[in-house]
Amino acid sequence: MEVLEDVQWVLACYTDDVPENGGACVKHGSEQIAVYNFSRRGEWYATQNLCPHKQQMVLSRGMIGSAGEACEPKVACPFHKKTFSLLSGECLSGEDYQIKTYPVRVIDGKVYIGIV
Amino acid sequence: MKPTIVVVGNGMVGYKFCEKLVARSNAYRIVVFGEEPRRAYDRVHLSEYFAGKSAEDLSMSSSSWYADNGIELHLSDPVQEINLEVKAIHSLSGKIINYDYLVLATGSGAFVPDIPGIEKQGVFVYRTIDDLDKIKEYAVNAKSGVVMGGGLLGLEAAKALIDLGINNADVVEFAPRLMPRQIDTAGSAMLQSKLSQLGLSIHLNKITSSIEGDGCVTGLRFNDDSLLETDMLVISAGIRPRDELARLAGLQVGTRGGIVVNEKMQTSDPAVFAIGECALYEGMIYGLVAPGYEMAEVVVSQLTANDKTFNGFDMSTKLKLIGVDVASFGDAFISEPDCRTLVFEDTHKGVYKRINISNDGKYLLGGILIGDAAAYNMLLQTVNNKIVLPPDPEDLILGARGAEQSGGAGVMNLPDEALICSCEAVSKGSICSAVNNGAVNLDALKKCTGAGTGCGGCVPMVKDLIAGTLKANGQYVKNVICEHFDYSRQELFDLIKVNKLKNYDLVLDHHGKGDGCEVCKPLVASILSSLWNDLIVKQDTIQDSNDRYLANIQKGGTYSVVPRIPGGEITPEKLIVIGQVAQKYNLYTKITGGQRIDMFGAHVNDLPDIWGELINAGFESGHAYGKSLRTVKSCVGSTWCRFGLHDSVSFAIEIEERYKGVRSPHKLKGGVSGCIRECAEAQGKDFGIIATEKGWNLYVCGNGGSKPQHAQLLAADIDSKTCIRYLDRFLMFYIKTADPLTRTATWLNKLDGGMAYLKNVIVNDSLGIGDQLEEEMQLLVDSFHCEWKEVVNNPELRKRFAHFVNAPHEKDPTVKLETMREQVKAAW
Repeated sequence: MEVLEDVQWVLACYTDDVPENGGACVKHGSEQIAVYNFSRRGEWYATQNLCPHKQQMVLSRGMIGSAGEACEPKVACPFHKKTFSLLSGECLSGEDYQIKTYPVRVIDGKVYIGIV
Repeated sequence: MKPTIVVVGNGMVGYKFCEKLVARSNAYRIVVFGEEPRRAYDRVHLSEYFAGKSAEDLSMSSSSWYADNGIELHLSDPVQEINLEVKAIHSLSGKIINYDYLVLATGSGAFVPDIPGIEKQGVFVYRTIDDLDKIKEYAVNAKSGVVMGGGLLGLEAAKALIDLGINNADVVEFAPRLMPRQIDTAGSAMLQSKLSQLGLSIHLNKITSSIEGDGCVTGLRFNDDSLLETDMLVISAGIRPRDELARLAGLQVGTRGGIVVNEKMQTSDPAVFAIGECALYEGMIYGLVAPGYEMAEVVVSQLTANDKTFNGFDMSTKLKLIGVDVASFGDAFISEPDCRTLVFEDTHKGVYKRINISNDGKYLLGGILIGDAAAYNMLLQTVNNKIVLPPDPEDLILGARGAEQSGGAGVMNLPDEALICSCEAVSKGSICSAVNNGAVNLDALKKCTGAGTGCGGCVPMVKDLIAGTLKANGQYVKNVICEHFDYSRQELFDLIKVNKLKNYDLVLDHHGKGDGCEVCKPLVASILSSLWNDLIVKQDTIQDSNDRYLANIQKGGTYSVVPRIPGGEITPEKLIVIGQVAQKYNLYTKITGGQRIDMFGAHVNDLPDIWGELINAGFESGHAYGKSLRTVKSCVGSTWCRFGLHDSVSFAIEIEERYKGVRSPHKLKGGVSGCIRECAEAQGKDFGIIATEKGWNLYVCGNGGSKPQHAQLLAADIDSKTCIRYLDRFLMFYIKTADPLTRTATWLNKLDGGMAYLKNVIVNDSLGIGDQLEEEMQLLVDSFHCEWKEVVNNPELRKRFAHFVNAPHEKDPTVKLETMREQVKAAW
């Protein structure tokens, strides 16, 4: 039997709060979540704001882009340029780090993040 | 139940054994006993503990690593007894564990010579973090310190004393030279003169007869009856294998210590292995970490049904001792008539190089490098792979003179089995075949072979191998920007210029593919700025973080703020404003190397307010965050100085005002000195100007930093106007042609024709582009704007300086500051 987890959709911010092709940080309780407006592709992503490499709260200030033939969307930490997949949270710089990703929905100019 | 392996000792080699075993097999239960209270740490870099690293920084693994890998770790619990009959160990805390295999990785202790007075207070050994803590505590009240032993570890210990603030540090060695195992007398003399410059006094040929003092050490008495006074003594006179446990158990040990092992690292009991500095293989103790790792590898191989064996280990070594390169490789000491020896010595620069060549001139046998060990990797490969030498073997240490030598050719001549990455044991053959299988860049290659992921020393060779392999396959090796642009920076610069592209998305649509990345975005941003000088905050998300927030991100995620102080000249009124702003926003202040004031610890939310106050007081952005002109440093010049020939401050200000805000491939620094005494250190800058009787001398392409390089003379005795014209041309030529993140010094080193060519282009206008370069620069000068002024006065732009987009007034609660010397500092 499959158990579906309850996803709670939280209003994070408005679309024009997040710069085009960049990120911004959202406060959810004591959690910090980075939201990315990948406007070049018309896509939105969200991850934890903490870079696991040197424990810095900065991923929302990183540059986003794509990696490889499949154009995997990614973010680069501004501190040491470790890159992470925005889809899986996997570290793409060949190290064993993993960051949390969240589903995002945009409805009527409002950005919602799915919290499990 | 799984068979049990007990590992005695949790040092670097013991840890490496566990790491290698769990990576390859889960068939064993692993139990580790360590004597020290902490997990295995990096003993090789122990002196960094005094230079600010914590015990945790030095740790080989995270605190959960052992548990995560199912390893039972018992710290502060040394094994007391081994019972070979019943295959069991007894630990200090009373644990009794039965083993199937036992691995002794007990390492070595400091050898303490039996000298009268050695038990006095203030006498220490240098081996463990606990030893270091004791030294640290005692050094607080010590003004002078002596290290006994001038070997590798002794010199490390001496560096530690200097780091602890002991200004009078002495090294006493009984041999007639330093590092007697690694280097020869001439090399030792060169090293000694370099170390004396750094404040170390070296005493050779000194045999200590007693340690003086009443309770506490006060000095060393030598056998020639001379006395060296000191407040403390650190002994580093060699190592002694920790074989007492093995000896007690009845395992065979060497007459001068060490647990006897065979090529499988088995002791006289086949179920017991010994690895690292406690093991004695063919009469030799291997006192370096790399052979210890190799021994660990051999045992893991034996336990996982392979049959790798130990066949001795190359003891070649390269290290940086107190900032001085020292390397010794192959047979360093063989001398004439058994070989031909070539020696190069430069006492001015403190460089000594010696190579030993077979009498027939065909092979390199070994050598010594002091002061400059850049050639070490290639020389070691030449020895290990018996590569036939070129007809002029002196090229090996002098570099090819005359004809240009191609970069990667030497590496490509290595045989396939040549070991390139010794940390991960990757050969040239496996690197080349990985390249042929598609790993055509460093990241991909690191991922699939592991090469270059350890100490990183082999990375330049790995890069050469990638380029060489591609070239050998007939593939055009092009210096492309990244996967999104198949162009070099210079090509893209021209394309953007010709097509008049003004934003990143257009550039990507026209000339690139994919969605860009952290490499091409800031690169294109820099080109757009160098060409059109538009406000960079208009395209903030393609900028590096520092350019996006117009401030320098620091540990903990706060920013630092640097207002421009042209030429380092500032009024008392402005100084007061900086003090008031720093006080109001709780900022740490420090004078920078470029004669300005840096304020650290600013929350991103506070940046617009801070800058609002600075701009009100007449300050401008200092562009410390950009790849752009930082400062033009000046000495006080003829206005005050009795030696000054011209007004260097005014000229420095004029130049800094001219080039401020200009974006370039890397940061730019300048300097102007009022006379030949060169107090502005202009020859260490990207451009430096020095006053002469007749005008100014203009120097270019100097650099400080990790690879210092003196600037070279571009033009002599020129007037101010000509100087600025040449500077316009020089800077614009650099901006247009340099690779990304390449300083002017590196750019010049790679420039075909070097300084002679550059002089021709700039001074003689050999390409006929002089006027164009000047016009392009003038455009940038005329379109200057202070980015901070624009932001401060624009509410929309100000909004972007918030940490939480949904709570713009809240600061990042994870930022933590603590107090040090009455100022804040990031708490990490």
